[in-house]
Amino acid sequence: MKAKPGVPSILKTAFVNALIALVLFSLMVGIRTEAGASGQLTYWTRFGELASLVAAVFGGSIVIELLRQWIGPSGAEKLVPPAVKSGMSFIGRYVAPALLIFTLLVPVIFYNQRYILDLAILVLTYVMLGWGLNVVVGLAGLLDLGYVAFYAVGAYSYALLATNFGWSFWVCLPLAGILAAFWGVLLGFPVLRLRGDYLAIVTLAFGEIIRLVIINWQELTGGPNGVSGIPRPSFFGIPLDNSDDGLAAWLHIEYSTTHRIVFLFYLILALALLTNWATIRLRRLPIGRAWEALREDEVACRALGINTTTTKLTAFATGAMFGGFAGAFFATRQGFISPESFTFQESALVLAIVVLGGMGSQLGVALAALTMIGGFELFRSLETYRMLVFGMAMVLIMIWRPRGLIGHRAPTVYLTKAQAISSDLVKEGHG
Amino acid sequence: MSGDKILNVDRLAMRFGGIVAVQDLSFSATRKQITALIGPNGAGKTTVFNCITGFYKPSGGAIRLTHDDGRTIALERLNDFRIAKQAKVARTFQNIRLFPGMTALENLMVAQHNALMRASGFTLLGLVGAPVYREAEKRAIDLATDWLKRVNLLDRADDAAGNFAYGDQRRLEIARAMCTEPALLCLDEPAAGLNARESAALSELLLSIRDELGTSILLIEHDMSVVMEISDHIVVMDHGVKIAEGTPREVRDDPKVIAAYLGADEEEAAAVMEGGS
Repeated sequence: MKAKPGVPSILKTAFVNALIALVLFSLMVGIRTEAGASGQLTYWTRFGELASLVAAVFGGSIVIELLRQWIGPSGAEKLVPPAVKSGMSFIGRYVAPALLIFTLLVPVIFYNQRYILDLAILVLTYVMLGWGLNVVVGLAGLLDLGYVAFYAVGAYSYALLATNFGWSFWVCLPLAGILAAFWGVLLGFPVLRLRGDYLAIVTLAFGEIIRLVIINWQELTGGPNGVSGIPRPSFFGIPLDNSDDGLAAWLHIEYSTTHRIVFLFYLILALALLTNWATIRLRRLPIGRAWEALREDEVACRALGINTTTTKLTAFATGAMFGGFAGAFFATRQGFISPESFTFQESALVLAIVVLGGMGSQLGVALAALTMIGGFELFRSLETYRMLVFGMAMVLIMIWRPRGLIGHRAPTVYLTKAQAISSDLVKEGHG
Repeated sequence: MSGDKILNVDRLAMRFGGIVAVQDLSFSATRKQITALIGPNGAGKTTVFNCITGFYKPSGGAIRLTHDDGRTIALERLNDFRIAKQAKVARTFQNIRLFPGMTALENLMVAQHNALMRASGFTLLGLVGAPVYREAEKRAIDLATDWLKRVNLLDRADDAAGNFAYGDQRRLEIARAMCTEPALLCLDEPAAGLNARESAALSELLLSIRDELGTSILLIEHDMSVVMEISDHIVVMDHGVKIAEGTPREVRDDPKVIAAYLGADEEEAAAVMEGGS
């Protein structure tokens, strides 16, 4: 553990930050310019605001430096007493099952609160996307900034197959996954030799290409107008509507629109859990170990006879397939999709969930999706300041836990005892 | 002794742009023996290694690997991971390349990737938990356990490899290479950074690999005490060419080798060479 910086060093950091703030804000805030009545430039100074901003940065820097010391990563190990630690690990063991039971009961508890049910479906969609991207970024260490492309491929696959051929959701769902996986392999081929920043840029471009193709291929995708009238999912062939052969009539209960919401909730929960199960399973298989080994050291993998090409492609394809499933679900839930739903911001949000959760950790990703999407809604009342508060919360979390909420790695096989591996040793991958 | 060669390097050349790293190098390694490649810094030893293990594509020459069953493989035509997978050549690295975030056991399991991939039906059988795969995994764990025992790291099987001491990491890397069940094991400076006791243990380990398992070993080494003690045959390189080869005793007394190591300038070395030959 490094020695803690003393008061002079904290003051120095704060002073430097304040100086930078002074330079930045002196033009941005200190001088206000406007076009005058006859088009000339008028300006006036606002030194009061400037001074208060710089003072805020100075104070804030001190607070952050102190926070860094108290709860920062370097001191965290020693500051937590062993009793609390064992308690934490006890809680840690039961967090996942407890969360799962609570999630299963959400439609029962909040049956009459449509807003909460909708929000829960949204959170679960992002949990699933996060788990899907986790295969690519967290396990294989390939930085993918264009994940939304596969989400779009899945959504459009279902939407077009269902509206043009009238195929049911349950037939289209696997097809959407397969098509997305196919596009994952297509993206994988040209980027196999790229690493790190270069890989990120090409995947980013791929996401944009898919979006632009969707916008411009009007005959097929409807362009910016999107696809509407996408069929709702049926309960294995029984429609969830008000008709005589609908599920409500079949079960002899009164029809309510909530039935469909609850069904969608359990559908996305099942899809997300399938993603989770498959990922946990794959991690313990040779292919999953090869993904993680690839993240740790690609050269060593090659020396051990591991085909890095197919290993990378399967990671891309697996992640893309889960994205495709989530896309098909998105299309059936919304009933309408357009290119606007598949912007870079979505990719960035899903990536942020994976990074915040702790790369490679399933529980971490779920908690991060809850924090990000739920937090976003929580701050809705703050209106204009929502993004500001949200951004600040993110910065604080990353100072507190630079390797994500759950940073340590669980081994996939053990002889006597599975010990968590500290995040300091686990590589982040170089693309 | 001369007939049964596992590796034949014939007129190997490697150029990087205008720089000639290896030129016209020919040597061979005998099966079930330890062959050492030595030479001063910058002699081109690691380049030769990278050519043999597929990390570089040689500019010229041939590298032939002959398996026990008489099958001959042209290594210069295989690339990348296929050398380890098909030709069964395993290697370690000068700067250790373990998977630091994975446990020792996991490191050894990754080394058995190809065998386990087949057993898991390329993931499909494994995904449904087929008994065939479970048995294969159990055997893989047994092999890994066996190697952890051999390198004396069994009690640390479940610790992250990145936490190991330097000498332990070296031994684990050799165990990992051996878990691929290679025909030829290539070691790039395995004794670098080891103390005298660890070097002695390493020599013992390499001799047991040769004698008990009959694996052929090719090694680059600077630690002369290790080289002279365990090598059956030594090839000496300097400035990309072979300057001598023979048994440890022959090499030790060779004036050209002495000149190369003492850093004599070229005229002096030429004089020594003429005097020697």
